[in-house]
Amino acid sequence: MNFDYTDEQKALKDQARRFLSDVSPPGVARRVLEAPAVGFDEALWKRIAEQGWCGAAIPEAYGGFEFGYVELCALAEELGRALAPVPFASSVYQFAEALLQAGSETQKHELLPLIASGELIGTVAFSEGPGVLVAQRIAVRYRNGALTGTKLPVTDGAAADRAIVLAQSDDGPGLFLVDLTGEGVARHSVDTIDPTRGAASITFRGAAAESLGMPGKGLEQLARIHDRAAVMLAFEQLGGADRALEMARDYALERYAFGRQIGSYQAIKHKLADVFVNNEVARANAYFGAWALSSNAPELPVAAAAARVAASAAYWFASKENIQTHGGIGFTWEADCHLFYRRARHLGLVIGAQRDWKRRLADRLETQLADELSGGSRE
Amino acid sequence: MNFEDSPEEAKYRASVRSWIAANAPDMSALGADERRNWHPKHKEIARRWQATKADAGYACISWPKQWGGAGGTAIEEAIFNQEEVRAGVQFTYFMTGLHMLLPALLEHNQDEHSLSRVPAAVRGEEIWCQLFSEPASGSDSAGIRCSAIQVGDEWVINGQKVWNSGAHVADYGMLVARTDADLPKHKGMTVFWVDMKTPGLEVRPIRVMSGESELNEVFLEEVRIPDSQRVGAVNGGWKVVISTLMNERAALGSGTGLSWRDVMNLAAQTPSWEGTVMQDPAFREWLAGYYISTEAIRLMSFRTLTSLSKGEAPGPASSAGKLLWSNKTQEMTSQALDIQDHFGLLDGAGEAQFDGAFQQRFLWSPGLRLGGGTDEIMKNIIAERVLGLPGDIRVDKNVPFREIPHGR
Repeated sequence: MNFDYTDEQKALKDQARRFLSDVSPPGVARRVLEAPAVGFDEALWKRIAEQGWCGAAIPEAYGGFEFGYVELCALAEELGRALAPVPFASSVYQFAEALLQAGSETQKHELLPLIASGELIGTVAFSEGPGVLVAQRIAVRYRNGALTGTKLPVTDGAAADRAIVLAQSDDGPGLFLVDLTGEGVARHSVDTIDPTRGAASITFRGAAAESLGMPGKGLEQLARIHDRAAVMLAFEQLGGADRALEMARDYALERYAFGRQIGSYQAIKHKLADVFVNNEVARANAYFGAWALSSNAPELPVAAAAARVAASAAYWFASKENIQTHGGIGFTWEADCHLFYRRARHLGLVIGAQRDWKRRLADRLETQLADELSGGSRE
Repeated sequence: MNFEDSPEEAKYRASVRSWIAANAPDMSALGADERRNWHPKHKEIARRWQATKADAGYACISWPKQWGGAGGTAIEEAIFNQEEVRAGVQFTYFMTGLHMLLPALLEHNQDEHSLSRVPAAVRGEEIWCQLFSEPASGSDSAGIRCSAIQVGDEWVINGQKVWNSGAHVADYGMLVARTDADLPKHKGMTVFWVDMKTPGLEVRPIRVMSGESELNEVFLEEVRIPDSQRVGAVNGGWKVVISTLMNERAALGSGTGLSWRDVMNLAAQTPSWEGTVMQDPAFREWLAGYYISTEAIRLMSFRTLTSLSKGEAPGPASSAGKLLWSNKTQEMTSQALDIQDHFGLLDGAGEAQFDGAFQQRFLWSPGLRLGGGTDEIMKNIIAERVLGLPGDIRVDKNVPFREIPHGR
């Protein structure tokens, strides 16, 4: 048993932190914030891609570098901490995972090497309107090799070259691969609560698309892809939550009121202790998720949902209490606190909100308990 | 990261599991009331189980054989504990002695007679209790006023202790006393062990809000003990106290008792508007939030274990586990009452669901947030020792103990 990163993984993570503090200081996210139509920092994306991070979990057979999933999670933690304004989550955790889980050999060989090198950016387009995703409300339609309808919002939809689109078909909901630079695709950037992470509205008018994975099994496949993405996103959330706590701690040590450091008051100490406990809950569940992901364990569906819920809750709590600890200065545009507050909610919504994942978690716990009672072993 | 057993660990787990299955006491022989902690029949079963384990080399697995242990690893001990919990045969009677006090005794006392008590404790033949807290020294654990004065080769102890779990059945206690009131509070304390039958020592049970009486007051009047029963240096007691308290929090933070499985089983057996409570979306949403916390406690205990197996002491982060476990237990048992609606009032073994286990735990849960360090102390520990925030402003730290203001 080992309940931590290995020494090699720790070294990779340290190196990633040094690299990102150099190439992605908060000023980079701020630059994207001030020019929201862009939605990501292209120079930073190139530097990250040069490190081979996009191919961290892609097998060598498909042009990846195969460091492993725990290694990818370690990198995700650092990307989240650095607020890196790049389409990494869409391209690597979602698009690449969709190909790996559901793509044909041809699709994998064609696209994964380009994703691994960062030359190609991919995303997965599933949402269309307010509310949770259910089969009856999918209006985008696939027929005779072409897509029709509008997806909104699509994270990194303006930056991406390709998308995997959830659409209705004669077989039921399916996943379809589409070239976003091709004909019949119209897209424009949309405003979101986190302008450092771009999003778009994409309208298909007979855009050429090919089926990906099993026809009619789009929702099931998307759920599996999102389970895997949930673990990696949990590490981005954890990295951000840890950084938000550090910011609050540092400010509490530096700011004086009533003749004392504000961090010497129990009102602040206990608040930050609560943030710490929440972050530890997220860390424990995220680590278990990383193990389940890297070992293809049957526990993955439960572990992924737990990691998603815990990390979404922890980042939200840490980011809002960071502003509260900073007081008025934390509410200004100039202070970086709001970048974390925005990112916390962005990450907490991108593949479904807590409410949605709590429901999945309860469903899966019920299944697990039923299996245990019918004689299946757990440990 | 690897949450699976290594091949050797899996082999050990399998052998332990089958040994437990073949040797574990049959709890079903007990009636519902007899199954409760501190019932004489329950305690007798625990004693016999501890001796059976000791004979087979499964008691204090990580301790040296010299002291009745098995010379095994911390990981093996943890695996055995997990299997005991799984089989429903884990008891708390010996934990104070074996997890908190005796490790400190072994570390700080070299007296042959003192150490000869250890193997009997490992076999469950003798029970130890902790005599630290006092009426005026709760969270302020260095504020003790019980005095020990050296007279020749003996110490004479006078004072009062309180909240002493199991003192009414304990054979020995570990006690901290003020040995120099002219020194600052943390510097004038010394730890001793004491035979609970020593003349001048009187135990009076306290009835707590749940109606149970496992906590006690202990009065000491002219209690005389030899210097050989001193644990650690004269006036060096704080160090001994801290090491036992850290062990306590690590043990409390590992999460024993009713689990998410139990509350799900309760929900599945409890009718709701339609179907059972298990189908109620509000309950399901609560369950998910509860699960991530209790799962975190389980996983965090593995991390504490990793530190232990590397020979490191459990760190201040184990305070997070204790804080979570006690609060979540209170939340969960209250939720268990709510989902039963009006019926949640019942706590009699005959009528109540699960023989009143949730109600009993509910009435205990306020104590979980107090014993072993209150919520507030846990948060101070996290803030100061983990996050590096300043200590509270102290008016009592660098003055002689006798000059510190105190209430009644």
